[in-house]
Amino acid sequence: MIAIVDYGAGNLVSVKKALDWLGQESAITSDPTTVAGATRIILPGVGHFAATAALGRSGLQDAISSAIGRGIPFLGICVGLQWMFEGSQESPETPGLGLFRGQCERFPATVKSPHVGWNQLQLSSSRLFQGIASQSFVYFTHSFRVPLADTTVARCEYGGQFSAAVERDGVFGVQFHPEKSGEVGLRLLRNFCLV
Amino acid sequence: MLTKRIIACLDVDGGRVVKGVQFVNLRDAGDPAELAKAHSEAGADEIVLLDISAAHQKRATLLDTVRRTARQLFIPFTVGGGIRTLEEAAAVFAAGADKISINSAALADPTLITCIAERFGSQAVVVAIDAKRSAKAQKWEAFTHGGRKPSGRDTVAWAREAESRGAGEILLTSMDRDGTNSGFDCDLTCAVADSVRIPVIASGGAGKADHFVEVFREGHADAALAASILHYGTSRLADLKQELSAQGIPVRWPC
Repeated sequence: MIAIVDYGAGNLVSVKKALDWLGQESAITSDPTTVAGATRIILPGVGHFAATAALGRSGLQDAISSAIGRGIPFLGICVGLQWMFEGSQESPETPGLGLFRGQCERFPATVKSPHVGWNQLQLSSSRLFQGIASQSFVYFTHSFRVPLADTTVARCEYGGQFSAAVERDGVFGVQFHPEKSGEVGLRLLRNFCLV
Repeated sequence: MLTKRIIACLDVDGGRVVKGVQFVNLRDAGDPAELAKAHSEAGADEIVLLDISAAHQKRATLLDTVRRTARQLFIPFTVGGGIRTLEEAAAVFAAGADKISINSAALADPTLITCIAERFGSQAVVVAIDAKRSAKAQKWEAFTHGGRKPSGRDTVAWAREAESRGAGEILLTSMDRDGTNSGFDCDLTCAVADSVRIPVIASGGAGKADHFVEVFREGHADAALAASILHYGTSRLADLKQELSAQGIPVRWPC
C-alpha cells in the first residue's frame, strides 16, 4: 500500500488518480501509523513552505524519517522535494527534513515568477527516469527552487540551472508534477512504484 | 527552456460540449471527457472547462462532468464558470480539477481570491478577466456576468490587484476580438503581461497560427487559449504547434 501523505496542503487527488490509472493500490492519509506501515511513501506538496511545519507537529515527519531509515522508497513532489533539504528562503523559520544539504532559493529577478508550464529536463543516469528521454517535457509550477546538488539527477533551465529531480538510494524528489506531466510523468510514477 | 502553452478550452452546458469538434472516430463529439482526452493526446498543454450554462444552477451535473473528465486526464485541468465561494471551489477541486477560474465573484469580493489561494495554493487560482476597450486610449474596462455588466474597473489595475491578492495566473479575454477570428488584442495582452509577474493566458480572437505567434511575440503572453480553432479537428492543434515551432516560438513539440 502506497501512502500519499496529507499534511493539509497538497494535490492529493491527482496523485491518487495517477496511481489508480497505473493499477497501484494507494491511500491518502494523515495518520503517522499508516505512513509507518506503508510499502512506499509519496509526499505531494503545494503552497507555502511554512505549511510543512505541520509534518513536524503531527508526527508525520518522524514516521517518514523512520521509514526512510528502514529503506522504504520515498518520493517528494514539488514542495515535498524542497522539504527534503534544510529549508527555504520562502520561510526561513521553518526547518526542512535536512536529508540533503542546501537551502531552496528564489528565482532571479530577470525571469517571471512563478515558473509555470512545460520545460525540459537534462537527465543524468538514474532509476527514477528509466526509459525517459533526456529533453523530455514536464510540468512545473513553483516560485522557489532547489540548487544543483550532488544528488541531482535531472536539471532544468529557467533563470539559470536548478535541480528538477534528486535521487539517493531509495529516496527521490521531483520539483515538477509527474501526475500532471502526461505520459512522461506516468512513466516516472510507474518507475517509482517498481523501484 | 520554458515553453509557451496552448490551452484547449471546452465550453460546457448541462454536461455537453457546446460547439464540439467534427470528428470521424470519436464516439461522441459532444462529450467533454472524450474531447478533453483527444485534445490532450493531440498535444494540448492544458485543458480549461468552462461552465456556460445559464445561472450555473446544475452544479451536480458540472461536478459529474469534472469527475469523468479528470479521471483520464494527466495534464493540468482548470474548471471555471459560476464559482462564487470557497465551498464551491473545494467541491470542484475534490472532483479532480487542478485549478479553478473565478471572474465575477472575484471582482465582487477580491478576498475570495486570497481565501481560495490560502487553502489550495496560488497556483490553483486563475482570475479570469473579460476586457473591453474603453473610450480612453489604451485603456480597457473589466466586465462581469458573461460580459454583460461593466464593472467600472480598469483591467490593468484589476489584474495587479488580483495578483497582490494571491492569484496564480490571469486568463485575459478580449471582448472586442472574441469570435472575430481576426487575432488576439495584443495591446491589451501586452499591457497586462507587462504589469504583473504572474503568467497571463491570452484569449479571444484567434483564427490561425500567425495570431498565436503575434500574441506571444508582441503581446508577451505566456499561454494562449485555443477554442474555435479546434472546432474542426484536433489535427489543427498539432498543425498549430508545428507552425509555432517552425516560426521559432518555444513550444512543447513533439510531445
